[in-house]
Amino acid sequence: MSLEVELSNWSYVAMLLFVIVGSWWLEFAFKLRVLRRPRILVTAIVPVSIFFLMWDAFAINQNHWTFDSEQILGIFGPLNIPLEEYLFFLIIPMAAVLTLEGVKVVMEKVKR
Amino acid sequence: MRFELSYTQITVYALIITIFFDMFVTKNSLLSTLRFWLSYAIIVPFQLITNWWLTSREIVVYNPDAIIGIRLAGAPIEDLIFGFAMILAVMSMWETMLRRHGGSSSVG
Repeated sequence: MSLEVELSNWSYVAMLLFVIVGSWWLEFAFKLRVLRRPRILVTAIVPVSIFFLMWDAFAINQNHWTFDSEQILGIFGPLNIPLEEYLFFLIIPMAAVLTLEGVKVVMEKVKR
Repeated sequence: MRFELSYTQITVYALIITIFFDMFVTKNSLLSTLRFWLSYAIIVPFQLITNWWLTSREIVVYNPDAIIGIRLAGAPIEDLIFGFAMILAVMSMWETMLRRHGGSSSVG
């Protein structure tokens, strides 16, 4: 096992950064109150994420999918799930909530 | 003992559980709202891009035995269903938590 991290090891992280960049601006552009209410956000996301992470753990265990060790950082959390997967189950739900709240603001503006 | 469940089967179960959750647990019935479908329409292209990135670069490799074999933008169709279920579950939970703790939403 190599301890050296090469650029290719950031491939999965790059996708997560893309989602962050693509969604967090909504908070500021539409004056949403999603990211600035972290407690509500966490209580909404965590139970759902745990449910889907259980599935991920099962799928990894069953070899439904595997991760290319050269394209992830190689840091693993509980249940043998890569760090990137844990982040995925936080970042994607946040993007979904931001989108929903953005849509609500726009719909409200259109109605007026 | 090996507990056999393909990715295809799990996605279908997750979808059913999530729809049930949204209709009868949080009672938000987001599937009958315009705001949900508009949001989903915005999210889908991005989901296809991220799925494509993960699968075409083979960051994630799927076992052919676990999937039905239909692919969309490089990713198994199951991924799309998986994403749909997760998005619906999170949005439904968010609206409930918002009502319970937050009072108003971003609107107004």
